Amino acid sequence: MPATMGASTRTAGPGGLRRLAHHTIFWPVVALIALLVANTLYSPDFLAVSILDGHLFGAPIDILRNSAPLLLVSLGMTLVIATRGIDLSVGAVVAIAGALSLSFIATSPNPGSVTTVLVAIAIALGLCLLLGVWNGFLVSVVGIQPIIATLILMTAGRGVAMLITEGQITTVNSAPFKTLGAGFWLGLPAAALIAYGVYVVVALITRRTALGMLVESVGINPSASRLAGVRARTIVWTVFALSGLFSGLAGLILASNVMAADANNAGLFIELDAILAVVIGGTSLQGGKFSLSGTLVGVLIITTLTLTVTIVGISPLVTPLFKALVVIAVTLLQSPRVRERLAARQRQRVAKPEEVAA
Amino acid sequence: MAARDASTPTTARPVVEMSGITVDYAGVRVLDGADLTVHAGEVHALMGENGAGKSTLIGALTGTVPIVAGTVLVGGEPLTPTSVADSRAEGIATVFQESHLSPQLSVAENIMIGHEVRGRFGISWSRSRERASAALATLGIEDVDPRTPLEALSPATKQLVAVARAIVLEPRVLVLDEPTSSLDEAEAARLLGVVRRLCDQGVAVLFVSHFLEQVLEVSDRMTVLRGGRVVAEYDTAQVERAELISKMIGEDIDALQALHSERLEHHYAQSGPVTLRAASIGRRGTLEPTDVDLSRGEVVGFAGLRGSGRTELARLMSGVERADRGELWLDGAPVQLRGPASALRHRIAVSTENLRHEGIVAALTVRENIVLALQALRGWTRPLSRAEQAAVVDTYLHALHLSPEDLDRPAGELSGGTQQKVVLARLLATRPHVLILDEPTRGIDIGAKLDIQRRVAKLAGEGVAVVFISSQLEEVVRLSDRIVVLKDREKIGELSNGPGVTVDTVVEMIAAELDGLVTGDDA
Repeated sequence: MPATMGASTRTAGPGGLRRLAHHTIFWPVVALIALLVANTLYSPDFLAVSILDGHLFGAPIDILRNSAPLLLVSLGMTLVIATRGIDLSVGAVVAIAGALSLSFIATSPNPGSVTTVLVAIAIALGLCLLLGVWNGFLVSVVGIQPIIATLILMTAGRGVAMLITEGQITTVNSAPFKTLGAGFWLGLPAAALIAYGVYVVVALITRRTALGMLVESVGINPSASRLAGVRARTIVWTVFALSGLFSGLAGLILASNVMAADANNAGLFIELDAILAVVIGGTSLQGGKFSLSGTLVGVLIITTLTLTVTIVGISPLVTPLFKALVVIAVTLLQSPRVRERLAARQRQRVAKPEEVAA
Repeated sequence: MAARDASTPTTARPVVEMSGITVDYAGVRVLDGADLTVHAGEVHALMGENGAGKSTLIGALTGTVPIVAGTVLVGGEPLTPTSVADSRAEGIATVFQESHLSPQLSVAENIMIGHEVRGRFGISWSRSRERASAALATLGIEDVDPRTPLEALSPATKQLVAVARAIVLEPRVLVLDEPTSSLDEAEAARLLGVVRRLCDQGVAVLFVSHFLEQVLEVSDRMTVLRGGRVVAEYDTAQVERAELISKMIGEDIDALQALHSERLEHHYAQSGPVTLRAASIGRRGTLEPTDVDLSRGEVVGFAGLRGSGRTELARLMSGVERADRGELWLDGAPVQLRGPASALRHRIAVSTENLRHEGIVAALTVRENIVLALQALRGWTRPLSRAEQAAVVDTYLHALHLSPEDLDRPAGELSGGTQQKVVLARLLATRPHVLILDEPTRGIDIGAKLDIQRRVAKLAGEGVAVVFISSQLEEVVRLSDRIVVLKDREKIGELSNGPGVTVDTVVEMIAAELDGLVTGDDA
């Protein structure tokens, strides 16, 4: 498929600039840069990256690492939303993945062994994939509306996680598992490497194969797609399964961060952050055209914002309020109607000096 | 054909005077200094191909399209409507397409919403329903209970409800944009009767339709648009059909006639081997068990009124819907079609009459729309390379006269005719052996129609078995080698097309009350 991002690379001349400003991710990128600039103004060494023990350290690295779970969840969410769906169960799946992997490691005779950890990861990811398949089954085969179908698992999932942990917050000591969330590979946080690696793979698969176009086609017009021979059921089923799998991976990273399986709070409200990231990135909740680069920018905005609140020293309790403000600003700037108004005002401003000259 | 005398230009001032109307859309001039005058008590037809500017001109009158230059006078008063509500207050009512109504609301609510009858305690639904009933009675469908949810009605009745919604306001000017496109002949005739009656009561009617015969029958005067300009104005009584068509398409119509004779020469009696055979195929409540054979290189027309089962038969034969009785045979072996994807794999391609919902994928580009079916057939893991895509797209770009600038535009932005061509190109890209086309020429301009019909004839020449369905019988007769006639969800016979067969032959067959007894005319 022709790359949809092609238009953004042209910057020469005012025409190019205008085209750039119309690109869906232009305003989200502006918002992200503005956030980074504001942070740098507040603490001048915000963007500084230093090397310590062969690892990179600094706020940008923190942003990369902290964004990993949300990026994974948002990735699946983008694809699901593109097919006109929504997946509310991602938070519950995150909790289940953490609960299952940590409980398995805790009960195994040798929690520190790599084999145990790999088996735990495999079991957790397998179950999460299965949960995604379950969601996909309810939506594409049974025909339940996605919001209801995934609400079932959203509610039931935390109960399942509680069953697995038997209501306890399981704490575990396992060095290999800890690497997942807190470790470094090649000087970079392992979590970031995993998440961004998956991101690149998914981006390539959707745009280098026909998956992206077929997903969009199903999201734009399911009946027409069916008549054109697109197996809409398989496509929808696949994206829900992927969403489950990616949420599971996110759950493992989050669990490894704290090394404790908290069935109640792990991944709490992450579905809302993910939906937010997708919307900020310019993918419509009505399905159809999606932008993975937009989602990436959305994820970075949300993560940076959370970090900003901490750095500036505002109570984390009001973080949601700041998120809301940024979301309002970005969505307003993306709205065609607001843009038209702004453009009209700009034209007026340009027109006035000419009138004076005449 | 014009039933009316041409005495319309009265001494009274016209109700609508539009002059020099100019409209730009996304930097393109879509309407350039167009003039239009409509008198009280006349039906004024707006003619032109898709993209000629008819809808834009109507939009300028009803306030949905902002104008760059020009004036609109209604009843002598300047009018600058900025919304439909503005123009409605001036007595201009538009009949919307049935798709613009709310399916879950009741008939009465659909008719009265926005102008409900209000009493002391808010909306009086009983009186609102009475007014709705009165409007329905005017249209001759008083048997429709105004409390029925709209979605329970047939498309034709829905369209009449849309008309009721417009006339309940007793407008001075009534705008009808393609009001008959979802109606069968009898329903259309009834609607045209209503239009005439309203017009006799002094309403000025602005009428847009692709059905030339209807326009000639109902209108008093007409304005012809082409490329955003007014190219002619006629009294309907004096207009010459050939001249009118050539004004609309800007070239002569010899090509149309040539195509007809080409087809007659090509015509042969069922000679190729049978490709797809429907044996007693049917579905409860949809279609009685029906036998049809499709042969290679043959165009088979399905003729019948709307609801006769012609669409249903096409859907059962192409796997869009599952049959619950009978079976399909493909090249001599029984075949199970589990859906359109499975049909395409068996080289059976279908386009349905509902272009917007089941045809075009609006937000994808034309290019993507064209390769969609072929890509779906190959599966997502094996993407068409850029070169393969270009080859496919190029082939049909030329074959169907698509414009290269449109390739990277979202398909939803294009005219109906271009969209039909895009869907056809999509199907042809899969190289079907059986091609089933349901209303491929409805609501599209003559140029596009010609392109599609010519293509159908060529495909048959190449050995494809084609099913051609159209509510315009002359099209079916012109193109088909054999005509399967359906009535009341049942096949009532087959005609082998030939010099003796005309539209009347088919009409007589449908009109005869001998359901199931009429046998094929082997002339």
